[in-house]
Amino acid sequence: MSAPRSSGYFRTRYERDFALVDTRTQKASLAVFAVILAAYPFVAGPFALDLANQVLLASVGAVALMLLTGYAGQISLGHAGLLAAGAFTTGILFKELAAPFWVTLPASAAVGALLGLVFGLPSLRLRGLYLAVSTLALHFIVIYLGSEYETKRGFSTGVVIDPPQLFGRALSDARAWYFVLLGASIAAVLFSLNLLRARTGRAWRAIHGREAVAEALGISVPRAKLSAFVVSSTLTSVAGCLFAYYRGFVSVEAFSMFLTIQYVAMVIIGGMGSILGALLGSVFVVLFPYAIEAAMAALGLAEDLSGVVFAINYAAFGLAMILFLVFEPQGLVGLWRRAQNWFLLWPFRQKPLSGSK
Amino acid sequence: MQLAVNILVLASIYALISCGYVLIYRVSRVLTLAHGELMMLGAYGLYASASLFAGHPLIALAASALVALAVGFAVYGALMWRMTGESVLAAVLATIALGILLRGAMVLAFGTQTLHPLDMLGWTNYSIPLGGARISVASLALVLCNAAAYAGLFAFLRATRWGIRMRAAGQNPLLAAQRGIGLHGIYALAWGLATFTGGLAGMLLACDAGLESTLVTIGLKAFPAALVGGLDSLLGALVGALIIAGAEVLLIYYVDPLLSDVVPFIVLLAMLVVRPWGLFGSKEELDRV
Repeated sequence: MSAPRSSGYFRTRYERDFALVDTRTQKASLAVFAVILAAYPFVAGPFALDLANQVLLASVGAVALMLLTGYAGQISLGHAGLLAAGAFTTGILFKELAAPFWVTLPASAAVGALLGLVFGLPSLRLRGLYLAVSTLALHFIVIYLGSEYETKRGFSTGVVIDPPQLFGRALSDARAWYFVLLGASIAAVLFSLNLLRARTGRAWRAIHGREAVAEALGISVPRAKLSAFVVSSTLTSVAGCLFAYYRGFVSVEAFSMFLTIQYVAMVIIGGMGSILGALLGSVFVVLFPYAIEAAMAALGLAEDLSGVVFAINYAAFGLAMILFLVFEPQGLVGLWRRAQNWFLLWPFRQKPLSGSK
Repeated sequence: MQLAVNILVLASIYALISCGYVLIYRVSRVLTLAHGELMMLGAYGLYASASLFAGHPLIALAASALVALAVGFAVYGALMWRMTGESVLAAVLATIALGILLRGAMVLAFGTQTLHPLDMLGWTNYSIPLGGARISVASLALVLCNAAAYAGLFAFLRATRWGIRMRAAGQNPLLAAQRGIGLHGIYALAWGLATFTGGLAGMLLACDAGLESTLVTIGLKAFPAALVGGLDSLLGALVGALIIAGAEVLLIYYVDPLLSDVVPFIVLLAMLVVRPWGLFGSKEELDRV
């Protein structure tokens, strides 16, 4: 599904077809957006900065899951396990070998790639539900290994990690973190966008559409599936490594099933099959609990309900997910596209053909 | 001997919970991941009715069982019927979302401390000797209830009109609908029965060990039992529960207590590699590559 666009725009050269950003409006709005992103940490307070960092951190994992679920169509319920794998690789290397950032990051990526292969192997035999269940099982196994490490080595509450050294100085300032995470997020998005229009990404979409046809077109289905798992879990594991450094603390409690559900929710709420959707979804899911809290404060209920904030969050989050699943299966991207359409066509209104999506 | 009793009790717990997974999957091809929460809701239902009908434990039990049945119908009527015809992922996610919603709502309604519905019913949990081992009354009740539930379900599916309709709907929804079977009614009934048995398991567990939020984990751990036995076979759920419970109790006893949460899933993975359709499941049901 391409973005709606007014008429009068034609591509006249092949390079224009390859360009990620092609119209002048897109370029201008992207430039404005870049300026806003760059200026944000100098304007925002410490709390808003932390929120932005959390969103950026989540966006890397969400993009990774979007590649796997939204594009390649492979269901995974083991996302928190993969994040935990990256975080624990970092934590263990740091604790046992005092390894620097430049070692832990590639090591996490390698562990992620290996786990992706292991997580992906069931996908060669299983589909749909059964695949989801096998990734769920792997989640529990990774968490078990993590908690085994914690108890056996005596870090029963978790592993504390010092801030990483980048170019000779410790990365402890929130503003510096913002730029590191922004860089990571942009790198993940650009990598994914480029991968998706290349051979690999097109193969993923093909196996999502219909495996038999994809195979008939000469796509190696096992290879496409495994590559989707490996790429996605490598990216996720790197996000886990960044997560460990950003929090400065690794513990199995942080990687519960709920985290997996949150990431899946980012993909669903954002909108399947769209990188923009993954970004919008991560903004929505990360900010959601804070919005609830703010709403409670605005209603003057914060004191009465302070003990049950997490329960309210759970309930509201579940409700939001249900509402999206039932009423807007295309997610925030669907809403965004419809708003664009509305403005493009105004004062006329488009009525979608019945049966079209 | 004590080990054997422990295995039997744990297997009954898993079997009683996992027949809900099997019922719903067999009839409507939806995997529910909200079963743990629905089970806990049943237990809280018992707590609520015990405080409402204080002094009349039997009325309280009956009321809470009816509430569990009604909750199952309500879940289908309010949410799951919208998911018929949607993708597998959407339906599973809807149940996950429902689970989170229920979990939050239950904490809001009942708080987080451990509750003891059995005390509120005015009964106490004895431990009785049984051939060299000990078993609590609540556990014994659980084993008996499980046997009764399975016997009832088998009879229901084999002999009654609605049971046969349910099997027909599970085998081929289109043909069943063409023969005049109302699918929505059947699906709602499956949800109702599943929630009823799950709720029963939750109530008995809460009577035995107290009612707290960790009950959800047991619900999730019962899921491998259903899958090992074959997701569309009730007999399979029974056997699967026995296998999972045996592996779990023995490994905890001989190897490492930390393993308790992970054993069911290791067995599950092994099963998925060797025989993904489970011990008693039908092979062609599995959407294979």
